[in-house]
Amino acid sequence: MSSAHEASARATAVATLGETIPTDAEVTPLDGRRWGMVIDLDRCTGCQACVVACQAENNIAINEENRVLERRAKTWIRIERYWEGEFPNAKARFIPVLCQHCGNAPCETVCPVWATYHNPEGLNVQVYNRCIGTRFCANGCPYSVRYFNFWNPEWPEPLNNQLNPDVTVRTKGIIEKCTFCLQRINRARVTSKNEDREIADGEVQPACVQSCPTTALVFGDLNDPSTTASRLAESERRYTLLENFGTDPSVVYLKKVDPHVEIDHHHGHHAETAGKHA
Amino acid sequence: MQEPVIADNKTANRELLDFVFSWPKWFFLVGGALNGLIVAGFLVVVVMLWFGLQFLGYSHPVYWGFLIVNFVFWIGVSHAGIMVSAILRLTQAEWRRPVTRAAEVLTIFSLLTAVQFPLIHSGRPWRTMYWTFPYDWNRGAWPNPRSPLVWDPSAIFTYLTSTILFVYVALIPDLALARDRAPNPISRAIYGVLAMGFRGSTRQWRIQAIAGILLSAIILPIFVSVHSIVSWDFAVTSVPGWHNTIFAPYFVIGAVHSGVSAVVTVMIVMRYAFGLKRYITRDHIDSLARLLIVVATVWLFFFMLDLFFGLYGTEPAEVDTWQRRLIEPPWIVLAIIFIFTAYLIPVPMWMFRSVRRNFFLMFVTTILVNIGMWIERYMVVVPALERKSGLTFTYGDYAPSLSEIILVIASFGLVILGFLTFAKLLPIMPAADIKEGQILADRIKVGRANVPAAMRE
Repeated sequence: MSSAHEASARATAVATLGETIPTDAEVTPLDGRRWGMVIDLDRCTGCQACVVACQAENNIAINEENRVLERRAKTWIRIERYWEGEFPNAKARFIPVLCQHCGNAPCETVCPVWATYHNPEGLNVQVYNRCIGTRFCANGCPYSVRYFNFWNPEWPEPLNNQLNPDVTVRTKGIIEKCTFCLQRINRARVTSKNEDREIADGEVQPACVQSCPTTALVFGDLNDPSTTASRLAESERRYTLLENFGTDPSVVYLKKVDPHVEIDHHHGHHAETAGKHA
Repeated sequence: MQEPVIADNKTANRELLDFVFSWPKWFFLVGGALNGLIVAGFLVVVVMLWFGLQFLGYSHPVYWGFLIVNFVFWIGVSHAGIMVSAILRLTQAEWRRPVTRAAEVLTIFSLLTAVQFPLIHSGRPWRTMYWTFPYDWNRGAWPNPRSPLVWDPSAIFTYLTSTILFVYVALIPDLALARDRAPNPISRAIYGVLAMGFRGSTRQWRIQAIAGILLSAIILPIFVSVHSIVSWDFAVTSVPGWHNTIFAPYFVIGAVHSGVSAVVTVMIVMRYAFGLKRYITRDHIDSLARLLIVVATVWLFFFMLDLFFGLYGTEPAEVDTWQRRLIEPPWIVLAIIFIFTAYLIPVPMWMFRSVRRNFFLMFVTTILVNIGMWIERYMVVVPALERKSGLTFTYGDYAPSLSEIILVIASFGLVILGFLTFAKLLPIMPAADIKEGQILADRIKVGRANVPAAMRE
């Protein structure tokens, strides 16, 4: 789906713009890879370790209390908490939501300056230098995972010393979002190239995946059937978020197993709560 | 409707050019006040450039609000000029004559004001050139032709260029008139250059008339395209409440509704401000009001279609958006104000001849329409963003900040000041056109028959 879409978009672009756009092969030797993530909601405890790790890894501005209250806090990955049932039998359900790196992304088509585009490895990439801040992409995104910089971020001493040198600090007036820790993918690519081998499964771990105490998050190449991520993505509990938008996300969720609900093994899905999250 | 003969050539020339050559005191007072508004808006823009957009009311996930609403509103008002001039010219509606220039000038200044808004509302406006002018198209770096925000500048600048051309072609005989009557040599020289040597020979008149008719015909598709493309800013996204195929015609007819209403408002103000009681009569306002009844009703039809398409699909997100727009407080208050001001109050009133021929009532009702249409755009843009998808965790609210309100008010100041400046420097009443109408209305006796004095173009 993703590569066919990519190819047709490229054909159109080449027809319009001439043979000036580099082909996939010129851009990258790693053709056919699709980075993706599997999130097992049965393991997720909603501890927010991923949120903190992401904040530290990606130089995300400090979310002070009033920033949160005015709904301008930036959280590239956020834990959405939903209550189920009535008190006292209420249950909290957690779902980590990050950029879904859609194969058919609504944000990419609407950006007037190509600040967001799909790279050949299936990542939805935000090019900060191009972004002019129309915020059209943020409106188009059904997951609301794109965040706008209303001001220049500031880190008081000594917090500025812990900024990650591999990640751009975003200026005011542009959109930012989850990159699947692109800097870590690039580091793994360089290391593996120097050692003359392919990137191993599990070698790339975004900060959220690395910090998850229950290994609810698994990252890997979804196009390679041998990786842990793609094996988990085949689970009968799999679903993608807001499937009806047809966005073809690269993030696969595994439905929470509810011990109180009978499982209909013949049909391979839960009898009562099937599709509740999807 | 045939125009009655109202004045001989000499009186018409004097009265129609009166404001250009006189300096009434109120011009400076009003101009100064409008400049004050514009300076306030300018200060807000400077602050926005310096500190980012933090003083606006946007938050996650509502990233568009008042400024985009205002953009759509002014683009809508700009549809008046071509509707009145081009369509009425092609259909040979005689009563259009005194109305045309004002409507076209309103188009120019509301377009110029409208284009400011997406620019100042973007995060890094100093990079606008990359977006609006594809200077680096050959390398494929900028911009993205799939984005409606790239279609927008193309459509709007085409419309702006062709409207300015249209106004200029119609202006040439009047500029020649101003040249001939200018009191001092400097303004005589300036009008002379602008009039491009127009002497009123038969050949010059023919070229001018043909150019006007051709431009009227060519401009019509652009007229339809502009607001269609503005509507696609919303319709091509997957946001429930925006994602709607009816949006393009709905926006266009809504634009004509608010635009023609604005023209009526402006005409009535002009009648008193510029002393044009003889030229802008009850007949003209009556005709515009009859046009408005049709336009408003078609607009209501499209609004209902938008609603029914949303409900007929029974898609929960879409139905929720409509429920929020129309029924849930506090939106229900806006919805009631909107439907009453945009349709339920004015249109039944316009059905009565006595209302249509009453300047005060027409002034009030057309102002009401534009209040309603502003709210309509607000109801299209904001509630949909506040409830964008099934992820209830990200639901947000929007309220405009003081900065946005100042900018919206300043935009009104900018349009009015532009209009006033134009009227001060150039003839706002199409003197040549009006006199042509007079000649067509003149009748002579041939034998016993009483026949028109001139043949139509």
